[in-house]
Amino acid sequence: MQKRLFIKGNEALAYGAIKAGCRYYFGYPITPQNDIPEYLSRHLAKVEGCFIQAESEVASINMLLGASAAGARAMTSSSSPGISLMQEGISYLAGSELPGVIVNITRSGPGLGGISASQGDYFQATRGGGHGDYRTIVLAPHSVQEMHDLTMLAFDLADSYRNPAVILADAVLGQMQETMEDRPYQPMELSPKDWTLTGASGREPNLIKSLYLKEGAMEKHNWKLFEKYQRMKKEVRYELTREEDAQLMVVAFGTPARVSKTAIRLARTQGLKVGLFRPMTLFPFPAQALLDLSQRVKRFISFEMNTGQMVEDVKLSVARDADVHFYGHPPGSPPVPEELLDAIKKVY
Amino acid sequence: MGKIEVNRERCKACGLCISVCPKKLICFSRAANSQGFYPAEPGPEEECTGCALCAEACPDVAIEVWR
Amino acid sequence: MKQVFKRPQSLKDVPFHFCPGCHHGTIHRLVAEAIDAFNFRERTIGVAGVGCSVFVYEYFHIDVAEAPHGRAPAVATGLKRVRPDRIIFTYQGDGDLASIGMSEIVHTANRGENITVIFVNNTVYGMTGGQMAPTTLLGQQTTTSPYGRNFNQDGYPIRMAEMLATLEGTAFSVRVALNSPANLMKAKKAVRQAFEMQMNDMGFSFVEILSSCPTNWGLNPLKANERVERELIPYFPLGTFKERKESDHL
Repeated sequence: MQKRLFIKGNEALAYGAIKAGCRYYFGYPITPQNDIPEYLSRHLAKVEGCFIQAESEVASINMLLGASAAGARAMTSSSSPGISLMQEGISYLAGSELPGVIVNITRSGPGLGGISASQGDYFQATRGGGHGDYRTIVLAPHSVQEMHDLTMLAFDLADSYRNPAVILADAVLGQMQETMEDRPYQPMELSPKDWTLTGASGREPNLIKSLYLKEGAMEKHNWKLFEKYQRMKKEVRYELTREEDAQLMVVAFGTPARVSKTAIRLARTQGLKVGLFRPMTLFPFPAQALLDLSQRVKRFISFEMNTGQMVEDVKLSVARDADVHFYGHPPGSPPVPEELLDAIKKVY
Repeated sequence: MGKIEVNRERCKACGLCISVCPKKLICFSRAANSQGFYPAEPGPEEECTGCALCAEACPDVAIEVWR
Repeated sequence: MKQVFKRPQSLKDVPFHFCPGCHHGTIHRLVAEAIDAFNFRERTIGVAGVGCSVFVYEYFHIDVAEAPHGRAPAVATGLKRVRPDRIIFTYQGDGDLASIGMSEIVHTANRGENITVIFVNNTVYGMTGGQMAPTTLLGQQTTTSPYGRNFNQDGYPIRMAEMLATLEGTAFSVRVALNSPANLMKAKKAVRQAFEMQMNDMGFSFVEILSSCPTNWGLNPLKANERVERELIPYFPLGTFKERKESDHL
């Protein structure tokens, strides 16, 4: 029988990172993710890892760049405004084809905003956020178990594609405590890292850069990155709940997805045939799966803790004759199942 | 000859005024305020010199002084 | 009898949200007293940092801008360049000023911007729950230095007042404390002098105030004051590190 832990989301994430071989963490305090650096400041020392509380998020992402270039599994974490500061660094990671895990325990914004959960960073995470033509892998947990499991996956995907991976969680997931199974890390098969900077002894020098000035080189590099993002499509992950006979599908990720599951149970008791489509990868977005589903189901409602972000991707994915509605609960208090049920009834 | 007044609702019972009073005239009240703090309470007026050290030390600007 | 001590006019008559014994309340009052003393409330603009200092706008009867974490000196620069006849001050903690804001404070001082910086040094990150700060002392346990700050792992605590004093642009750099009535009176004078320097166009003025954070130090307010005396002052000595006598502004 699997050992079970009763643990906070942020700590489950940090625990998963260490399990997956992360030995380098660079971060800066910001509510509501401080449990992550605090946990790692205690536990990385126990596995001879390195913890640095950097002077800022700008420094953190650049320390990650260095550690990754040297071949290590490295992670940073922050929340919305801090993630904004990291955008230049993330662009550099993507352009230099470096792995790295960046955790966003989303808070409300824009600006200083507040410390309650939101999903206002969906665009920031999936549309690049920083400058240039790149994407980051984006994973969206919806439980403490997934805070742990998807973190382990993030390290493997980042290494597999030599690309930064973002874990897009929120303040509720970070702060809540649930039981989870202490699942072992099951590594993906990965090729050895022969591109890292370790000193050019007995080999030609390796170069980590994102600058391409020669004629045609930039164009070639951009297409190379594009090909990579196409190959990533096979990493799509999503979860379907009660979709078999659904007349309406809720589309939600993270905390709203949890709330949706209760709302759907309530709806079903009232005879409404509702199901949930829950993306677990926001990039690559499960567009094909949604398109397939929309051949039969013609009504969708995107439920988000913002004023309308993922709904655009849902609209882009579904068949032309499917209707896509939106119910938004901007940050403040967490949403309740009853309000989603009301919204469902309006469009059912 | 001096006098102080403590705003009971602003006082957080930090104890700093009590520690700086040169004549140890201030003490904690036995009645809590609406926040649950037992605020500082001035001592006998005849003894107070109005030195205002208590007011200077108070982080909550809860004390006024007359001399 | 006449009233010899009351709330400064520049300070709103509202309760402070700060923890019992926190020196932020005292420092807010000292700044308000200085603004009252020079009677320039109506031409003063404050810039709040991020941390426990973020609520400055709730407490002062003055115009206030909120800056992103660490960037208050840059925001203040923008304000002062547009409105040179206004009195501009920033109010920042040790994480805000000495960690993420290190570049902004150094360059603002270096440019000799005619603003006043109030630096609240309590050796921890207060608002976010007690993490290590650039001013955390060696051996000090915090939530991100659980084994005590160690110079091999975390480097040494930074002495901001001395460091900024080495810059030509700095006109006034002083360190004070609030742990005793005598030190509090010196702090009051220093804050007043800093604003006076700005009023007289002397250049960049900086007041570092050693403060306590009873909640995150795990000490009651009295013991916290004792810690300031016993541990902070020996490493962060009180005194004036630079005091320009003549303005170098034309």
